[in-house]
Amino acid sequence: MNILFFKITSLFYLLGTLTYLAYIFSLKETFSKVSFTIVLIGFASHTLAFLTRLVEAGHTPVTNLHESLSFFAWMIIGIFLVVYLKYKIKVLGSFLTTVALILMLFAYTLPKDILPLAPVLKSFWHPFHVVFAFLGNAVFTLTFCCGVMYLIQENQLKSKKMGAIAKRLPSLKVLDDLNYQSLTFGFPMLTLGIITGAIWAEYAWGRYWGWDPKETWSLITWFFYAALLHQRLTVGWRGRKAAIMAIVGFLATLFTFLGVNLILPGLHSYSKW
Amino acid sequence: MELIVIGLNHKTAPIEIRERLAFPEEGLERALLQVQALPSLRENMIVSTCNRVEIYGTARNVDQAAHEMKQFLSRFHGLPLKDFENHLYLLTSEDAVKHIFRVASSLDSMVVGEPQILGQIKSAYQTAVEIKTSGVILHRLLHRAFHVAKRVRAETMIGNSPVSVSSVAVELGKKIFETLEQKTVLLIGAGEMCELAAQHLMAGGAEKILVTNRTYERAISLASQFKGEAVLFEEIEAGLKKVDIVISATDSLQYLLHHDQIAKVMKDRKQRPIFFIDIADPRDIDPKVGNIENVYLYNIDDLQKVANDNIKDRGKEARKAESLVQEEVVRFVTWYRSLEVTPTITALREKFEEIRKRELEKTLSLHPDLSEKERQSLEAMTSAIINKILHSPLTLLKRSNEEATTDLYIDSIRALFGIQDAFEEEKEGLKKNETP
Repeated sequence: MNILFFKITSLFYLLGTLTYLAYIFSLKETFSKVSFTIVLIGFASHTLAFLTRLVEAGHTPVTNLHESLSFFAWMIIGIFLVVYLKYKIKVLGSFLTTVALILMLFAYTLPKDILPLAPVLKSFWHPFHVVFAFLGNAVFTLTFCCGVMYLIQENQLKSKKMGAIAKRLPSLKVLDDLNYQSLTFGFPMLTLGIITGAIWAEYAWGRYWGWDPKETWSLITWFFYAALLHQRLTVGWRGRKAAIMAIVGFLATLFTFLGVNLILPGLHSYSKW
Repeated sequence: MELIVIGLNHKTAPIEIRERLAFPEEGLERALLQVQALPSLRENMIVSTCNRVEIYGTARNVDQAAHEMKQFLSRFHGLPLKDFENHLYLLTSEDAVKHIFRVASSLDSMVVGEPQILGQIKSAYQTAVEIKTSGVILHRLLHRAFHVAKRVRAETMIGNSPVSVSSVAVELGKKIFETLEQKTVLLIGAGEMCELAAQHLMAGGAEKILVTNRTYERAISLASQFKGEAVLFEEIEAGLKKVDIVISATDSLQYLLHHDQIAKVMKDRKQRPIFFIDIADPRDIDPKVGNIENVYLYNIDDLQKVANDNIKDRGKEARKAESLVQEEVVRFVTWYRSLEVTPTITALREKFEEIRKRELEKTLSLHPDLSEKERQSLEAMTSAIINKILHSPLTLLKRSNEEATTDLYIDSIRALFGIQDAFEEEKEGLKKNETP
């Protein structure tokens, strides 16, 4: 059942991405409305996929790479819907649904079976840890997209072109504001993700912190975002610098999530496939 | 009945001629009534803007109407016809429909896609409606024209990008700051250029204006015009810290603002973005200033280049709009033909029916002893004869799509059966009402 919903979701995200790309090229309002509806249906189906899998597995279904990728994509679309309703930035859909689609397609290729739960994952803290960690990751994906859009738009304005691209992207002010706001929301999520992870580690392995690659890298990511936040608040870092930092920060986030699992051996390797 | 438009625009006539033929607002009603009084014209409407003067009308005899309209223009403006006749264009029927659709959609404007023309046409139509010189055809024509203009706006991107230097500046400001509301502008220089630019930014929503000038008195006088503040020229850096947009237009021969100076200002501003518009020639701001982060520097040539690029884009969109206009012209012309045909058919039927009734009554009164059944048979027979006779001419009329043949048929039928022109009848009625 959950696999069926997963497949339906993937199909809707594919359609949503295509229509959102059609929107950014044509700027026809109809495409934007259709895309939003498609993505909304996709999100509902995704929610059902998650809930049915939760029931079928009997535990929070974020225990292997397939589940994690799908959960990550679900959070990203959720964040998009919230931001869209608040700010009505349509082109954001073209960026965020594309990212979510890529994650879904990756998840699609991985084994989808529900496996018996590894003893170490049987913890009260596990659901909190994954929700905070992925909420943080999803919000940083938004920060990343804003950063990319900012750099493109800034380049257009500096090179004195006001053409097709500039017309399609939001103003620098909106992009920079969103960069900052998503940072102030994402950073506490990341912090909570690390704290709940540490508490869980205490229960599972009898220590809060053990410099396992996942722990190390998430700390590096945390310091990175902390530095960005600090610079923004004190020195007035904004615009271009903040956009570049958001992009680098996202790459660190991705490495913490995927790179560590796939490349470095460590305690998180149960979520390899 | 044909549509006819006679007029001139920025393409066919120089400004000197257009000025002479323009209708001042207070003279427009008088002009409309005078055109209405011309023997050949049925309905009319006058469009008069700084780029075009046009009279739209409907007439049965186009050549006669055109002649009368030319005479009217010459008489009304006191200008010999030969002085402007070769600047005039004359369009009729389908071409006239296409013309008004293109004008309303801003495809015939000097700056293609500019939005004012639609409003000007609307007000011209409004006046014609008030003075009652527009009738059923112009009514429908104008409503279709407004609809076409709306479609062109919605379905093409013809009016989406700014094409004048000042509107480009406003648009750039919005791409940087999202909105100009609550933004403060600093004017360096108190000349006319600065004043104009400031007006545009204020119209775009800017909140406050600061003015600085080497002669402080002039700064004060310009500032008071915008209810702004004057800043001493020596304190320009303090001003730069407070504002979001800077417009510079002095006649200084050297750069007034330098790279290092602005870099320092940016630090004090905590990197808040700033938008410099240098419209001076020679330039007031060192171009290197544009390399500083969060500083956006545009000079007059940069703005002009963006405007020119947008004009080129409009050309592309205009081609899309043209095909849309063509589609609507076909639709209108089909309706228009049916309008001509229907009254003729009705009139013809009425005429035959009248003859039948009269003759039938005569016959029946001669034979009072006929039974009810026999009377009904006669009634049915005479009706059938009429229907059979009318069948083929009416089918021909209804099926005819070619303008020229339709007109020929309509005219022939009216002449052969002595039917008066429905429009002429209506006009005579109107004229009687006007002059009691």
